[in-house]
Amino acid sequence: MKDKFQSVGQNLSKVDGMGLVTGKPLYTDDLAPKDCLVIKILRSPHAFARIKGINTEKAEKLVGVEVVFTHENVPKHLYTRAGQSYPEPSVYDKYILDEYVRYVGDEVAIVAAQSEETALKALKLIKVEYEVYEPVLDMMKAQGSKSQIHFRERCFLNMDKGFEPEKNISAVYNFSVGEDVDEVLENCHVVVKERYKTQAQAHTMMETYRAFSYIDQYGTLVIVSSTQIPFHVRRDVALSLGISAGKVRVIKPRIGGGFGGKQTVQVEFYPALVTYKTGKPSKIVYDRKETYQATTSRHAMALDVTLGSDLDGNIKAIDMNIISDTGAYGEHAATVLGAAGYKSLPLYNRVDGARFTGKAVYTNHIPGGAFRGYGVTQGTFALESAVNELAAKLNMDPLVLREKNMIRKGESSEIFNLTTVGVGSDPIPMDSCELKYCIDKGKELIDWGNKYPRKVISPTKVRGVGMSIAMQGSGIPGIDTASATIKLSDGGTFTLLTGAADIGTGADTILKQIAAEGLGVSYDIITVFSADTELTPFDVGAYASGTTYFSGNAVKMAALDLREKILAEGARMFEINNEDVLFDGLEISSKDGNKTISLIDFSNKLIYKRPHIQLMGTGSYTTTDIAPPFVAGFAEVEVDLETGKVDLLNFVEVIDCGTVINPKLARIQAEGGIVHGIGMALFEEVKETKKGKLITNTMMQYKIPCRMDINNIVVDFAESYDKTGPYGAKSIGEVVTNPAPPAIVDAVFNATGIRIRELPITPEKLKMALINK
Amino acid sequence: MIINLHVNGIKKSFDINPDEYLVEVLRRYGYLSVKKACDTGSCGVCTVLVDDSPVLSCSYYAVRANNKHITTVEGISGEDRSLGEFLVDEGVDQCGYCSPGLILTVIAMKKELENPTKESIVEYLTGNLCRCTGYVGQLRAIMRYMGVSE
Repeated sequence: MKDKFQSVGQNLSKVDGMGLVTGKPLYTDDLAPKDCLVIKILRSPHAFARIKGINTEKAEKLVGVEVVFTHENVPKHLYTRAGQSYPEPSVYDKYILDEYVRYVGDEVAIVAAQSEETALKALKLIKVEYEVYEPVLDMMKAQGSKSQIHFRERCFLNMDKGFEPEKNISAVYNFSVGEDVDEVLENCHVVVKERYKTQAQAHTMMETYRAFSYIDQYGTLVIVSSTQIPFHVRRDVALSLGISAGKVRVIKPRIGGGFGGKQTVQVEFYPALVTYKTGKPSKIVYDRKETYQATTSRHAMALDVTLGSDLDGNIKAIDMNIISDTGAYGEHAATVLGAAGYKSLPLYNRVDGARFTGKAVYTNHIPGGAFRGYGVTQGTFALESAVNELAAKLNMDPLVLREKNMIRKGESSEIFNLTTVGVGSDPIPMDSCELKYCIDKGKELIDWGNKYPRKVISPTKVRGVGMSIAMQGSGIPGIDTASATIKLSDGGTFTLLTGAADIGTGADTILKQIAAEGLGVSYDIITVFSADTELTPFDVGAYASGTTYFSGNAVKMAALDLREKILAEGARMFEINNEDVLFDGLEISSKDGNKTISLIDFSNKLIYKRPHIQLMGTGSYTTTDIAPPFVAGFAEVEVDLETGKVDLLNFVEVIDCGTVINPKLARIQAEGGIVHGIGMALFEEVKETKKGKLITNTMMQYKIPCRMDINNIVVDFAESYDKTGPYGAKSIGEVVTNPAPPAIVDAVFNATGIRIRELPITPEKLKMALINK
Repeated sequence: MIINLHVNGIKKSFDINPDEYLVEVLRRYGYLSVKKACDTGSCGVCTVLVDDSPVLSCSYYAVRANNKHITTVEGISGEDRSLGEFLVDEGVDQCGYCSPGLILTVIAMKKELENPTKESIVEYLTGNLCRCTGYVGQLRAIMRYMGVSE
């Protein structure tokens, strides 16, 4: 299939790559006006309190302070910071500033001053009197707590997702397919029933959250932001200020990493407010502490999984019940929760019954939010750990157990129908599911046959291997929208305008390849401009692994549209029929070879002579098609029995992401995503004190993997083609993260006999278990 | 107070506060390739060369650099410039935010390590964190640049 393509499948370097590595000023803070106001935020020292009184008099009098905002003088419009398509399923439970503060770090006051130093000084001069409440700091006790974090009359719902603030419930998600799960389980010969826990994880992108704003020549409020979701920021900021979205323009420059963190509107409200009220440019740059303390992290979850099978290992029933900690606000609460089930359970589609129940509860923790994997990482950890436990119970190779039960090419799962907007009831076959290949190839690459289950290296060192499969989505069917425009300019060059948000992933580059493929031209004559709400067409942004699939399809439509128009103009110019025109990327010619014009002359003629037009192609894409990518991941660990330390020696992942648009960039996406999973498995954990104050608020305390933690990573791609994707492509960004935690846990189990069910696998946790064994 | 720095080969005077870190001064004077990321000297993103040695400019007082030679990515030349191409060729530019600090550290490493190996490279660079690439691709690119084989 690959051989058919010209541009798709090429290892094109990132279009912005040389600019980035030569240190060009391309990021938000590099572009901010030098003299703009600097914004700092006063934050709550309490996990849960009401502001009884707030005195800003002294701060306001400080020379250099421009303005101080408190809950008493900001616009009061409810919103959600979750960057989702309108109407968002997340509860509108937030104001710019509120009289209630709901976690340590919640916003109390906003100061804008002429310098950072002055702004920080002013914060210290603000006197706040709090009425302190008993916080909810255990998600398992949130529902029965006497403390109620949100109030129905102070929230707004676009749709009912089970919001019950009296019980601190932000959202509920339930679905089931097939027979009654309890009845099926009763008749199962082998049952695994366990609770798994996943921790809050912090994105730790290298560029912290930041944005600046100014009023432009048209009176438009312009926000330049390090965001994954410029179009949602535009709508949300307008909502928060109570102004028309037409008065707001959002520009996304180059972004220093997001990983889902920047799918939440974290900081843009503040410069927008300051500039809107003062008319002056302003900026906010979160320091590292604020980034850890006062944004969002991966929803911590407790996941109960019950699996039942017969003695031959045929899985008959899966029951998954989740409590998800959405923290102080309900950003992404319902959708992260649901995705944990509906993007993991379809992996085992031959069960007689499957049931998912879950609640996302409010606590006085740092809010949960989108993080690469979006709940599926958590769900996959629990489900795949349980499947590995079942294999151990059956004394069966986990690969054999997968082969017996997993979804295969051409098959479907009713869960897709139940959980996808507008998809109808006809079965949706997985035409591009290469899981079988992924497992077979991964088995070979890790040398499973020789290494499973363990090898004793020395009296104190044991090695083990473990594995997991996983899936994700390719965007959100029935919800997402992506659009693109391509114009043919004089000089025979093309410009691709896309709303898609490249956050370092290479989206601009692969979309250019897709445009080149559709137009049938060399990618060298295409330039890309992306993610400016005033200049580029709409795109939901970089999330849900949607860019290659949704934005890619939109670009393909735009390219084919423009190609048709080129052929039609050629026909008009040559005075022949459309079908008698050829375009080989360089020349437009008649089929009989009698008439030829170069693309350059053609474009110049169109614009400067007759008919004085610029040709443009556009495409807007949405779909109810479902195109999940699939992966199999394999871990080999070495455990030091004396210290409990786990060294990850090898990690192999074989990926079915459909056609690989750019193998070089896809490989790095995979390697980086795998390391996020490794961090979650072995190192990373957001920790708070008993009073809810963050402990892990620097990179000294919050441990992301460093170079010496990562040994050998092997990535391979299955030959795959999804007919609904642009030139056969599906997504890759998130699915790659999912298998590492369960695969590493199982490798540790195979090495030591210890099953860790609560992440991360720290040396102390493992050593204690070894001692108590 | 006024200090003198030779930045990328050009001597200039800088008006600084005594408690200002080098990263802040350099950015204020327009050397925007220098990035801040962790504020605690943990991540290597803010690395610049001071008299050819890698220094974390977020925890290095500007005043300490008085009369010293500073190199930022804007100032690298000759063969050193090709390192960026190696990173881009391998696709590990990704978000790019850690690249200037990494590149400067590699340049210093190349001078310092006499017989570089995969292990010594990883060890030298372990203070340069990256959240996008997972490190292994960067290692492939850097080993090619250094002429080190597996």
